[in-house]
Amino acid sequence: MTNLSQDKASLLEVDGLSVEYRLKGVSLRAIDRVSFALQAGEAVGLVGESGSGKTTTAMAIAGLLSPNARVSGGQVRYRGNLLSIDNDAAMRPHRWTETSVVFQGAMNALNPVHRIIKQIAEPCILKLGMSRAEATARAREVLELVGIPTDRGTAYPHELSGGMRQRVMIAMALACRPSIIIGDEPTTALDVITQAQILKLLGKLRSQLNLALILITHDLSVVAESCDRVMIMYAGRIVEDGTVAEIFAKPKHPYTRLLIESIPNPASGIRIIRPIPGDPPNLMNRPSGCAFHPRCPSATGVCTTEVPSLEKFGWGRVACHLHRSSQEGRVAVHA
Amino acid sequence: MAGNAQEGRTSRIGNVLIRAAITLSMVATLNFVLFRVIPGDPAALLLGGARMSVSAERIEAQRQNWGLDRPLFPDQILDYLSATLHGDLGYSFKFRGRLVSDLIWERLPATIALVGLAQLIAMLCGVMLGLYAGWRRGGAVDRIAMGASLALYSTPSFWLAMVLVVIFSTALGWFPGYGIYSPGASIGSTDKILDYLRHLALPVAAVALGLIGQYVVVARAAMSDVVTEDYMVTARAKGLTNGQMLMRHAFRNAMLPLVTLITLNLGYVVAGAITVEAVFAWPGIGGLTVEALNARDYPVLQGIFLLLGVSIVVANLLADLAYGILDPRIRQ
Repeated sequence: MTNLSQDKASLLEVDGLSVEYRLKGVSLRAIDRVSFALQAGEAVGLVGESGSGKTTTAMAIAGLLSPNARVSGGQVRYRGNLLSIDNDAAMRPHRWTETSVVFQGAMNALNPVHRIIKQIAEPCILKLGMSRAEATARAREVLELVGIPTDRGTAYPHELSGGMRQRVMIAMALACRPSIIIGDEPTTALDVITQAQILKLLGKLRSQLNLALILITHDLSVVAESCDRVMIMYAGRIVEDGTVAEIFAKPKHPYTRLLIESIPNPASGIRIIRPIPGDPPNLMNRPSGCAFHPRCPSATGVCTTEVPSLEKFGWGRVACHLHRSSQEGRVAVHA
Repeated sequence: MAGNAQEGRTSRIGNVLIRAAITLSMVATLNFVLFRVIPGDPAALLLGGARMSVSAERIEAQRQNWGLDRPLFPDQILDYLSATLHGDLGYSFKFRGRLVSDLIWERLPATIALVGLAQLIAMLCGVMLGLYAGWRRGGAVDRIAMGASLALYSTPSFWLAMVLVVIFSTALGWFPGYGIYSPGASIGSTDKILDYLRHLALPVAAVALGLIGQYVVVARAAMSDVVTEDYMVTARAKGLTNGQMLMRHAFRNAMLPLVTLITLNLGYVVAGAITVEAVFAWPGIGGLTVEALNARDYPVLQGIFLLLGVSIVVANLLADLAYGILDPRIRQ
């Protein structure tokens, strides 16, 4: 019974998580009461502009917050167990064995002076207590999984192309059999074709190994290709959360709608990209009410005064005064 | 693939060796030219200089005897290069009839003991301190080490030497203030070594303190660059402890810029420490240089310059090779 109920529990639960950075004596709230759950094997895209808090959210989950960050509220549970995400030493055993990270631009994310096979095997030796031979065998296994011939294991990072390095980074992330992989803009530095190959590889590995995937990106089209679900972040908050199909077909939040409209679509024949008016919010001086209201074409009086809460709406969640909770029986107003 | 890499490495080492050989021949040539453009005729100088009246015939005879009447190029330079290659550096003016190579050879051990030991101490302490300061940037060790390093770096070592003599020799009497052995003491070998070491202490301290700042500053900068690298974030994400991150990922990368500094400084070991040797009357190459300069002993100076040139070229060669071993990006 306990086992069954454990299986039903989410792999990862983030509940009301707030993180602040201390910068020159000023506290800066990077994420504000972020809540979501992640199921085993699920792929979630975390989308937002620079400074929207998507990377902070992911790094908090991985226990990789920088020393000047402070968790000011909320909690994170992994398989029901509370994590002390702001305690570096306490998070160390969880790293790479439960959650691993595929960083962007694997050129610099790999150590230039060590052979790649050694870098892949390293956590297996240090964290799983494998012998050197076992760890090397495991490294060969994961290299094969990402489609790199195992004899390339003796190469140094500078001898590989950008796409190959990103594959090595993915192989390294798989080495200790984690259940969650965080992709921090994993395809940003790559050309379009390589980008597609890497996304395809991540998708294949996810279903093959039942991995949960958190994909951080500012590119909605990347999410459309490789995720089940997408969470849109703005100024440190989740503003909309739903399935990829639903969000692309019927975006609720005006910000999501504008984001989708700003994707260039060669098929439609329209060559003009519509940018979102205004500037990204200044976290030092957050707008009152809904942080998006200065740029929102549909903002009303209430938007400038009251912070909209993230409420269930249809299959997903949205934080917008235009879409008040359907439980209250109100019909959504679409401006 | 492996064969290609092997070939690439061999040809790289070949290139490095060829470059070193070219540099060495240029050093030797320059060394020859330098002493030929100094005004004054060696024959006249040696036979008594301008003050004494030596007959022109005697000077001319001597010039012929030494081959100075032949053209500089190609006869004299070829003679010089060939003699140098055979280890013949000529005779000293000041120490009549003594071989330059013998003079240098006699002085070399004292200099290598002094500067070599000082370099070793400065290098070990300075690099470790600097790496630690860079690893814990902004910490107490960092601030103290940086302050002290900059102060020592900008202090002339002869002044430091005199301060050390005043404190530890004159006032406290812990260490002898000059020389290499206590005069007049006929003693057994163990005591002799101890006596030597006691004489060595202050000069080594003076040279080492002058050098340590350089190592601290460079090592700290190298480590500060490494700790902000992306692969250090990867190492942290992989769940490595701070110690593992430092030893497995930061250390070797931070050592790359230091290898050059360390090996190049090793080249200067044979040059001696002119000012510190002068303060402590230390019978090393630095002292010999000063004596030779005062006596216009050109052959000795020429020999010292050649030794210095060769050792710096060799040090460069070692730096090149060591860098290639440490950094796989250089190998191809």
